[in-house]
Amino acid sequence: MDTELSFNDEIANVMYATHGNPIKDCLQCGTCSGTCPAVEFMDHTPRVIIGLIRAGYKDEVLASNTFWSCASCYHCSVRCPAGIDIADMMYALKRYSMWKGQHQEGLIGPVFSESFVKMIVNSGRSFEPLLAPTYIFKNGPQGLVQEAQTATGLMLKGRMPLLPKKIKGLKKFQNMVRRIIPIGEPS
Amino acid sequence: MKQYAYYPGCSLESLATSYNLSTLEVAQKLGVDLKEIKDWNCCGATAYFPVDELLAHTLVARNLALAEKDGLSDFVAPCSACYKNAYFTNSYLKKDADLAEHINYALEADGLHVNGTMKIRHLIEVFIEDVGLDEIEKKITHPLKGLRVAPYYGCQLLRPRKDHENVENPQFFENLLSALGAESLDYPSKTRCCGGSLIVTNRKAALDMVQILLQDAVNRKADVIATTCPMCNVNLEVYQNQVNREFGTQYSIPVMYFTQLMGVALGIKPGKLGIGKELVSGEPVLAFAY
Ligand code: SF4
Ligand code: SF4
Ligand code: SF4
Ligand code: SF4
Repeated sequence: MDTELSFNDEIANVMYATHGNPIKDCLQCGTCSGTCPAVEFMDHTPRVIIGLIRAGYKDEVLASNTFWSCASCYHCSVRCPAGIDIADMMYALKRYSMWKGQHQEGLIGPVFSESFVKMIVNSGRSFEPLLAPTYIFKNGPQGLVQEAQTATGLMLKGRMPLLPKKIKGLKKFQNMVRRIIPIGEPS
Repeated sequence: MKQYAYYPGCSLESLATSYNLSTLEVAQKLGVDLKEIKDWNCCGATAYFPVDELLAHTLVARNLALAEKDGLSDFVAPCSACYKNAYFTNSYLKKDADLAEHINYALEADGLHVNGTMKIRHLIEVFIEDVGLDEIEKKITHPLKGLRVAPYYGCQLLRPRKDHENVENPQFFENLLSALGAESLDYPSKTRCCGGSLIVTNRKAALDMVQILLQDAVNRKADVIATTCPMCNVNLEVYQNQVNREFGTQYSIPVMYFTQLMGVALGIKPGKLGIGKELVSGEPVLAFAY
């Protein structure tokens, strides 16, 4: 390997199928930050995050909760005058931080994403309640009580299945997944 | 009668059963033949993209491949997130030969192949564009006279930009509601995100975003918020009591799927539309039709 990739290029590389413009085109105009409905919950605004990436502040970026607070609403992406798909970049940052195993302490996002994927690989379908214990615990006992009340309400209304459904062709489905990520033998 | 490949998505089998029921009832009434894709898998909503992009696209592509195999031309999703996923994977399949090759290599292990040749539609588009508002209007037996509806588009139905010309101020939902005889409100938050994908991972942010939408509906004196997506619906409805606890508010505003409102106006019995399964009762809405 001759030259090491800049952080900027690394992020560009994990945005595999994005057909938006690269972040080097950013004008730092702040339209994304002004649009973002979740901005007040972010350590750094989307505009600042892009600035930090371009300046190579990798640790600072990975330590921030910005991309884990992104709701993937694409409002920034459709408004960016430079044609950058910022929402997709936020996904790229999530992937990057998960691969590197480097993220802010106490975030639920990484745990949730992983358990969600496990669930799908095991059944082919999604099943929210199965996941509940993983994240309720992180929300503390208060979260547990609230969640239980909501769940009971839903159960009474016949809106919650008790067991996850499995797709019929699960074996072949898992073979397909295995061609992309290592998942071991089916449990 | 035109047949469509129908992809209900996971939520329609659990939290959003009323959406599935009302969709099938209304479709039947309007002569839209929805054929459920056999053995479909979860498309992953917003949860795979943080983990592996190729896997995310492949999971979506498997459903497209199953639908293509049935020889149908249109893929219909009632869930905005499923719709968005299907729309983009499908378009990347056509544009990006390298990605298509990787996906097909994986699909091969499942005995499938995808071409990306389907037309991806959201359910609301099928009713508005293929059936048409005139046709719908002709079949209305119980107009929703005087019902003040806040039309909530949410985000993934419109964004990223798809075929819709107007992502900032679309009107098609309003037009549909007017065709049902309802009063469609000017609802400024109609395309503002509800934070659905954050409800598990960042509860506080999500509740804050929901609160803004509820308050906006109350400001407009809405009788009901109408949605086009199971995730938006759950977020706005199921979490209303948590919003109340968090903000000391007393919101109690019904949230219904657009298909439920269509069904009521078309004279379908409320029970058949899943009305009665809400945590915030939709009963007051019925008073406008009966
Ligand atoms: S809107 Fe686009 S150009 Fe403006 S700061 Fe955000 S990313 Fe940069
Ligand atoms: S996609 Fe993310 S960063 Fe962009 S506006 Fe929405 S929440 Fe903010
Ligand atoms: S968006 Fe949600 S419900 Fe729809 S299939 Fe995909 S994961 Fe399952
Ligand atoms: S649930 Fe909320 S975040 Fe998801 S599509 Fe609907 S509006 Fe957007």
